[in-house]
Amino acid sequence: MKITVNGEDRHVDAPLTIAGLLANLGIAGGKVAIERNLEIVPKSAYDSIGLNDGDRIEIVQFIGGGA
Amino acid sequence: MTLTPTQLDRYKRHILLKEIGGAGQQALLRARVLIVGMGGLGNPLAQYLAAAGVGTLGLVDDDCVDLSNLQRQILFDTHHVGAAKIDVAAARVKALNPDVEVICHPHRLTGENAAALIDQYDVVADGCDNFETRYIVNDACFHARKTLVSGAVGQFDGQVATFKPWLRDGDNVPLPCYRSLVPAVPDDDGEDCATLGTMGAVAGMIGALQALEVIKEITGCGESLAGKVLIFDGLRAHARTVKLAWDPANPLNGTGKNG
Repeated sequence: MKITVNGEDRHVDAPLTIAGLLANLGIAGGKVAIERNLEIVPKSAYDSIGLNDGDRIEIVQFIGGGA
Repeated sequence: MTLTPTQLDRYKRHILLKEIGGAGQQALLRARVLIVGMGGLGNPLAQYLAAAGVGTLGLVDDDCVDLSNLQRQILFDTHHVGAAKIDVAAARVKALNPDVEVICHPHRLTGENAAALIDQYDVVADGCDNFETRYIVNDACFHARKTLVSGAVGQFDGQVATFKPWLRDGDNVPLPCYRSLVPAVPDDDGEDCATLGTMGAVAGMIGALQALEVIKEITGCGESLAGKVLIFDGLRAHARTVKLAWDPANPLNGTGKNG
């Protein structure tokens, strides 16, 4: 299936969970939130939510600065 | 409370807005807002909320002005270097608008003092510089049922969110708190703006957006940002508002907790 990650098209094998995608991308889950189709996915659902063809994923860095 | 002729003149541009009007301006003058942190976010927050006529502003910070702050903390002038930030900010706010009472809290917000501090205010605007304090603010606001408007900046990016986790949505699901966005302190919390750098104008944007959301919460105008996060990407000149779902695993208002 084709998904978009940070604006770039990617072909991935279905089925794939959010946790699986993070592993594929080599991203540790501790520093980012995952946005799927304009919704932040609860971290506790990373293993249970499967991606669908056409999903738009954004990796959102946690930021805590007050500048 | 009736607006004086001077106030009618000062706040004329607000009063002309049908979403604000005289009633909204009076609500602002009655409101008590706590600003946590007097850095790049706290500066524009204090300026815009004071200019808007928020009646009582509490400022929390224990830091002094450093020369490297002036690139983005626009309340401070070169001759303020070394002075306590909240003393300078309080003087600037009072000079800007004598309607505003400023209460200085010259210390850090901690787990010990958070509840007593937050209890004195209606709305809390968090612009602090670390995740630990953000959790303390979030938890204290949840327990006291105080609206929290949270802002954060990175290098060229920023995020604004409003939290009212004691409320439920139309499907009877609790609204999220900060812990639903950031479940745990990120591994690289040591990498702050002092080491990574930050664009001053982005702090100005995020602080101004926070001020707008605070004003919306006080006056009830427009659509609350509760349950959503506004994400600003300065390098792409792009902003989007995304939905933030409640995470049943979060330890504050998760399943089986008091939310």
